[in-house]
Amino acid sequence: MNPATRQGTKIADPPLAKHSITLKVNGDTKRLEVMPWTTLLDLLREQLNLTGTKKGCDHGQCGACTVLINGRRINSCLTLAIVKDGAEVTTIEGLADGTALHPVQQAFVDHDAFQCGYCTPGQICSAVGLIGERRAKSADDIRELMSGNICRCGTYAQIVAAIEQAMHGGKEGATQ
Amino acid sequence: MNAFSYTRAPNVATAVREIAQDGGAKFIAGGTNLIDLMKENVERPARLIDINRLPMGQIQATPDGGLRLGALVTNTDVAYHEQVERRYPLLSKAILAGASAQLRNMATVGGNLMQRTRCYYFYDIATPCNKREPGSGCSAIAGFNRIHAILGTSEQCIAVHPSDMCVALAALEAIVRATGPNGERAIPFAEFHRLPGDTPHIDTNLKPDEIITAVDLPANGFAQHHEYLKVRDRTSYAFALFSVAAALEMDGQTIKEARLALGGVAHKPWRDPQAEALLRGKDATPNNIRPVADALLRDAKGFGHNDFKIELAKRAIVRAVTRAAAAEGQP
Repeated sequence: MNPATRQGTKIADPPLAKHSITLKVNGDTKRLEVMPWTTLLDLLREQLNLTGTKKGCDHGQCGACTVLINGRRINSCLTLAIVKDGAEVTTIEGLADGTALHPVQQAFVDHDAFQCGYCTPGQICSAVGLIGERRAKSADDIRELMSGNICRCGTYAQIVAAIEQAMHGGKEGATQ
Repeated sequence: MNAFSYTRAPNVATAVREIAQDGGAKFIAGGTNLIDLMKENVERPARLIDINRLPMGQIQATPDGGLRLGALVTNTDVAYHEQVERRYPLLSKAILAGASAQLRNMATVGGNLMQRTRCYYFYDIATPCNKREPGSGCSAIAGFNRIHAILGTSEQCIAVHPSDMCVALAALEAIVRATGPNGERAIPFAEFHRLPGDTPHIDTNLKPDEIITAVDLPANGFAQHHEYLKVRDRTSYAFALFSVAAALEMDGQTIKEARLALGGVAHKPWRDPQAEALLRGKDATPNNIRPVADALLRDAKGFGHNDFKIELAKRAIVRAVTRAAAAEGQP
C-alpha cells in the first residue's frame, strides 16, 4: 500500500528492506536475509530448499506445513520467519539419524500410514510434537490432538496406529 | 499479502508509543488470525510491530488470590498450566475445545481476545461487509447465515465472536489489563467486547493505542461445578455453532450461584445475569433449568439458516447445567 494513502501516518516508516535473522534449522545455524512478509514455510521451501514441508491450504487449516519450533509443533504457513529470529526449527528432513529413520517415520512405514504422501511430513512432525507433549493417553486422545492435520486420502486409522506404536516405544504391534 | 515494514518493540512503553503514532500499524503476537487475514487482504497493515519479546509471558498469582495470565502466554501453556487445570478447569476445557494443537501452540491470550469473526462474508473481499468496509452493507443478513448470531444483532451486522476461551473468561468474570499512553486500566470482561450496533467495524472497547498486557482471573474458579459444552459440525477443530460455559456453586442439589456464558450466538460472549439469577435456590433439574434457558434466549432472532440455533442453545444449556451440577467429569 502506498504510505501516502494511509490514514493517521505521522512518522516515517522503516524501509521495506530485508532483515537479517538467524535460525537453527535441523541443527545447522543459518544466517538469512528475509523480507518481513516471508513465512517460515516459504523460507524453508524457497530459500533453504527444504521442500519436505508442504504448502497445502496456506491458511493453518490442513497441517501439511507443520514443523517444530523449539520442539513444539506449529503451522509454518502462519508464521513469519522474521518473528522467529533465533529459534530452532526442525523439519521432516531433520528427524532421521543418518539413514536410521525416526521412530515415528518407521511407524508410518510399518503401518502404511499414507497414500499420496502429501500430508505425511506434516503428520509426522505433528506426531513428534504430540509425543513430546505427553498428553495423549488413548487412541481417542491421539485423534483429538491430531485434528489439526488433515489427510485427504483418509489414512487416519493407520496414522493413529502408527502414532500408538511410536508412543509405546516404537515396537510394531506394541499396543495391539 | 501486501508489503509491510517490521519493527520489534523493546518494551511496552515503546510499543504503545509506536502504535499511537502510526494508524497503519498493527501488533503481531502469535499471528494465527492476523497473518491469515493479511493473506486474504482483509487486513492490510503497512507495518507490524512485533510484541513477542515483551515481558508478558508469565502466569503469576495475584494478591487477591487469583491468577494473572500474561498476554503472550500461549493457549497451550494456559490450558495445561497446573494452577489453571486445578483451579480453573472450565478455562482449560474451553481452550482445548478450540483450534488445533499447532494453533494453540502459537496463539496467545491477548490475541485470542482480539481475533476477528469468521463470518465468510467478512473474509471475502469481493462481497459487501459493514465490519470490513463500513457502509457497504451486510451480506449475511439475507445470505447464508447458518453460523451467524441470534442475539444482540443489528441491521448492520450479525457476525459472531469466534472464541471459546473468551466464553469461559466471560463466565469467570476475568479482568482485562490494558496499557495506553495514559497508563494502565482494568476492563471487566463483559465490557471488553462490543455489540455491533451502528459500528460493527469496532470489535472491542480496547482503544487503538492500547495494548493488552494480561488477563486476571478472580479467585473463584468454580472448579467443583462447571461445564464447557460446545456444539459444532464436526467433533474437533471447528468453530462453535453454539457453546455454553456453565459455572455453578452448589449446596447439595440446590444451585447457590450460577453463571452462564454463551458462545456462537452473538458479537460477544453472551451473559444475562438476570436470567442466570433465576437458577438461584433451585434444584438442578431439567424442569427447573429449561425456563432459565428460555429466558436467556427470549430475545433470540434467527435469520433463516440459523433458526435452529435457538432450540439447540436451549437444549445445550439444560445439558450443560445438569452436567455441571452433577460434577460429571470434573477433576
